[in-house]
Amino acid sequence: MPETPYIAFAGILLFCCALCLYRIGRGPTGPDRMVGIDILGTVVVGFCALLALVTGKDYLMNVALVWALVSFIGTLALARQLGGRHE
Amino acid sequence: MSDYIGLVIIAIGVMFDLFGCIGMVRLPDVYNRLQAGTKCVTLGVCLILIGTIIAADNTPTRLKALLCIGFILMTSPTGAHALARAARMSGIELWKESVVDQFERD
Repeated sequence: MPETPYIAFAGILLFCCALCLYRIGRGPTGPDRMVGIDILGTVVVGFCALLALVTGKDYLMNVALVWALVSFIGTLALARQLGGRHE
Repeated sequence: MSDYIGLVIIAIGVMFDLFGCIGMVRLPDVYNRLQAGTKCVTLGVCLILIGTIIAADNTPTRLKALLCIGFILMTSPTGAHALARAARMSGIELWKESVVDQFERD
């Protein structure tokens, strides 16, 4: 398996995570930060899949599965907390 | 051979991730950011997982990647919808050049 491209892919995904962190830290309103958190969770799932492919260890895919579900629940909880303010 | 096919698909997926995140930083208001980020990043991560299915050398990784595609495709649009609705209900204004707002009509 060629390994050099995967290092470049990991670097690009880390740059994506940095952009998400920029949006979380800088975002002018609360929902902007929540968008950053949601997208950061999805990018990390792809990162875990890449790591499982390179190392050949299948338990890293368990991390990706759990991360996807926990990120979804966190997003729903934050959205409920924000949207319930005017109900 | 399947290594290289998977590599090409993963490269396309990583590019989608990168452009989605750049759109999330550059676009003007929260709804545009949500749209760019969610669509591009969901497709990008699904392509990375498809490339993992093609290039992986053991069956558990493939099966878990398939399950993960299902989860991502179900949860990501639901989360984005909840976020957009919560943002609108909490009074975040649209960008000044937005042309349609169908939430007000309901």
